[in-house]
Amino acid sequence: MIQLTNIEKVYRTSTIETLALNNINLTIRKGEFASIMGPSGCGKSTLLNILGLLDQPSKGTISIDNQPVTSYKDKELARLRNQKIGFIFQSFHLINDLSVLDNVEIPLLYRKGDTTGKSRRELASEALERVGLSNRMKHFPSQLSGGQKQRVAIARAIVGQPEIILADEPTGNLDSAMGSEILSILQQLNNDGSTILMVTHDEAMARKTHRLIRLFDGTQVADSQLVANDERLMLND
Amino acid sequence: MILNYIKIAWKVLLRHPFYTFITLFGISLTLTVLMVLTSFIDHLVGSHYPENRRDELLYIQRLAQRDSLRQSARMGPVSYNFIRQYVLPLKTPEKVGVASMFSFANAYVNGQRLSLQTKLTDAGFWEVTDFEFLEGKPFNEQNIANNDHVAVITDDLKKQYFEDDTQPVVGKTIEVDNETYRVIGVVRGAPVTRPVTAADIYFPYNIRKSNYKSSGLNGNYVALVKAKSAADFPAIKEEFNQTIAKIPLPQEDDGFKYYILETSADTYVEAWLHNFFDRPASSIFYSVIAVFMLLFMGLPAINLVNVNVSRIMERASEIGIRKAFGAPSKTLIWQFIIENLFITLIGGLIALGLAGITVYLINQSGWIAKADLTINFSVFGISLLVCLVFGLLSGVAPALRMAKLSIVDALKAS
Repeated sequence: MIQLTNIEKVYRTSTIETLALNNINLTIRKGEFASIMGPSGCGKSTLLNILGLLDQPSKGTISIDNQPVTSYKDKELARLRNQKIGFIFQSFHLINDLSVLDNVEIPLLYRKGDTTGKSRRELASEALERVGLSNRMKHFPSQLSGGQKQRVAIARAIVGQPEIILADEPTGNLDSAMGSEILSILQQLNNDGSTILMVTHDEAMARKTHRLIRLFDGTQVADSQLVANDERLMLND
Repeated sequence: MILNYIKIAWKVLLRHPFYTFITLFGISLTLTVLMVLTSFIDHLVGSHYPENRRDELLYIQRLAQRDSLRQSARMGPVSYNFIRQYVLPLKTPEKVGVASMFSFANAYVNGQRLSLQTKLTDAGFWEVTDFEFLEGKPFNEQNIANNDHVAVITDDLKKQYFEDDTQPVVGKTIEVDNETYRVIGVVRGAPVTRPVTAADIYFPYNIRKSNYKSSGLNGNYVALVKAKSAADFPAIKEEFNQTIAKIPLPQEDDGFKYYILETSADTYVEAWLHNFFDRPASSIFYSVIAVFMLLFMGLPAINLVNVNVSRIMERASEIGIRKAFGAPSKTLIWQFIIENLFITLIGGLIALGLAGITVYLINQSGWIAKADLTINFSVFGISLLVCLVFGLLSGVAPALRMAKLSIVDALKAS
C-alpha cells in the first residue's frame, strides 16, 4: 500500500547537518495495524511525516498503491492526503475557533466532488457518533477533556474514509485509562478495515498492534510481526 | 467553504479585540476619508442641482491671448461679445446658455445691508440648467428684448429681503444698487461650489451696468453649451475649434498685441482643471491623484500587511492542519484573502456609516452654503472598489508568505 525505498532525510542548517532517517526501506500493507517505536529523536515522527506526505525525503522514493509520488506537486500531494490519509496528532491539533462539528468537517471541505454542506454535516455527525461524541457536536475544543479532544481528532481523521490512518503518539498526552480507550477505538477502526500506523513510546500499547517497527538514530533496527498475517485476518474477522 | 472561512475570520476578530480595533480603525478611518473626499469631488464636479445635465454640457469659459514667444499672456473668462460671435452661431449644439461670473451688489432691508452675489444670464441659461422654480418663471428672450427690469431670486434671498416670506413675491419689487427690479421668479438656491450657476439674484445680461457690449474677447462670461448627448462632444469641440482657427491673428485687445489665441470647449472637469493648469493637463492631474490615492491607501495597507503577517503566523497551526487534511496552498491563499476582504468589508461598512455621518454634518453645518453632498451609488461603488483593493493589498502578501510555510513547521509552531 505504502512503500518507502532507500529513504533518507537530512536536516541542514548553516552550521550543522543532521541525518534524521537513513536508508529506510519499509512496506505498509493494506489492513495492517503497525506501530513505530524508538527513543526520542530517533526519527519516528519524521518517518511518519514522510509516510503521510507532510514532508519530503532528501533521498529515496515513496510509492502509494505502486505509484511513485515523490515528484508530485503541492496540489497532487494535497489531493492524496485528502483522499487516502487521516492524521491523529499527539497534541490533537484542533482549531479552537471552530466547533467540534466544524473541526471534523475540515477534510471534507477540500474534497473534490459533490460534498454539500448538508452531506458534510451528516458525515461529520456519523464520524462523531462512531467515537461516541455525538452529544458534543456544538461544543468548542476548549470545552472538552484531553480524551474527548483526541476522539474528535480521530473523528476528523476518519470522516473522509481514508485507507490509511497515521497516528503520532495519539495517547501521549492522555492518562492510561484514556489511552486505552483511544487504542480500543483505533483497534476497532482497524477491524473495520483501516490501515493504521502509530508512533508510540508505550511498549504495552505497541504490543497490542500487529507489527512493531523499531528505529534507532534514524535507522530501522527491527521489524517484527507480532501477529501472523493469517491470525490477523482471523482477528479482523 | 466560504461560510467556514467567514466563521473563522469572525472568531479571529473576536479573539484579539485590541488588534481588531486597530485594524478596523485603520481601515475605516482611511476609507471614511476617501469616501468623504470622493463625495466632495463628486459634489464639485458631478451632475448636481442645478447643473443636473453636466454630462451633456460643455463649458467655454477660459481664453488665453499670448504674444508670439508665449512670454506674456492675458487670461480670463470670455466676453459676451466672444460668445455672441463664436459660440451662439455654432450649429452642432442643441442649445447655448450664457452666464456671467458672479459679481457683488448691495440691497438694504430695514437699513441693514445685504451683500448679494449677482449673475447676468440670457434666456438660454434657464434652458440648459435645471433650476427648480418655487414661484414664477425665468425671464425670456422677450424680457431681454424689452429691456425689462426683472430678476429671478433665490428662496434664501426671498426670506431675507421680504418681510412676509410665506406669501408669493412674484410681481413685487426688489432694489439692488439703487435700481428697482420686478421679481419674475423664485428658485431654489444652488451651492456656492457651483460658481457657473450659483448666485442670490439673476438679471438679464443687458440691463445692468455690464460690459456685454465691449468688443474685446476677454470678459466676464461663460457659455454653457448643451449637447444632445455626450456623443456629440467631439463634433461640437471640432466645430468650435474650426471657428476659433478662423479668427485672424495677430490682433490687439486693450493695447495688448496677441499672436496666439487659446480657448476650448471643455467638460466641467476639464474646465475645472484648466483653472489649475495653464494647458490641458488632465493626464498629469489624474496621475497625481492616482499616486496620491495609492499612497493614501498603500501606507495603511503596508501597516496592515505587517499586522496580518503576525496574525497569520499566530495561526500557523491552523494552516498546518488544513494542509495536512488536503488543503492545497492555493486554496489557503484564497481563504486568507477572503478573510481579509471580509474584515475590510466590515471596515468598509463602518466607514460607510462614518462617511454618512460626516457628510450629514458637513451639509448641516452651513460650512458650504446649500451643500448637498451625498453618498450616492457611484461614490459607494468607488468606495466598495477601494475596500476590495485594500483587502487584496493587505491580504495577498501575508497569504503568500503563509503558503510557503511547510506543514511540519506549521504544526510545530503550536
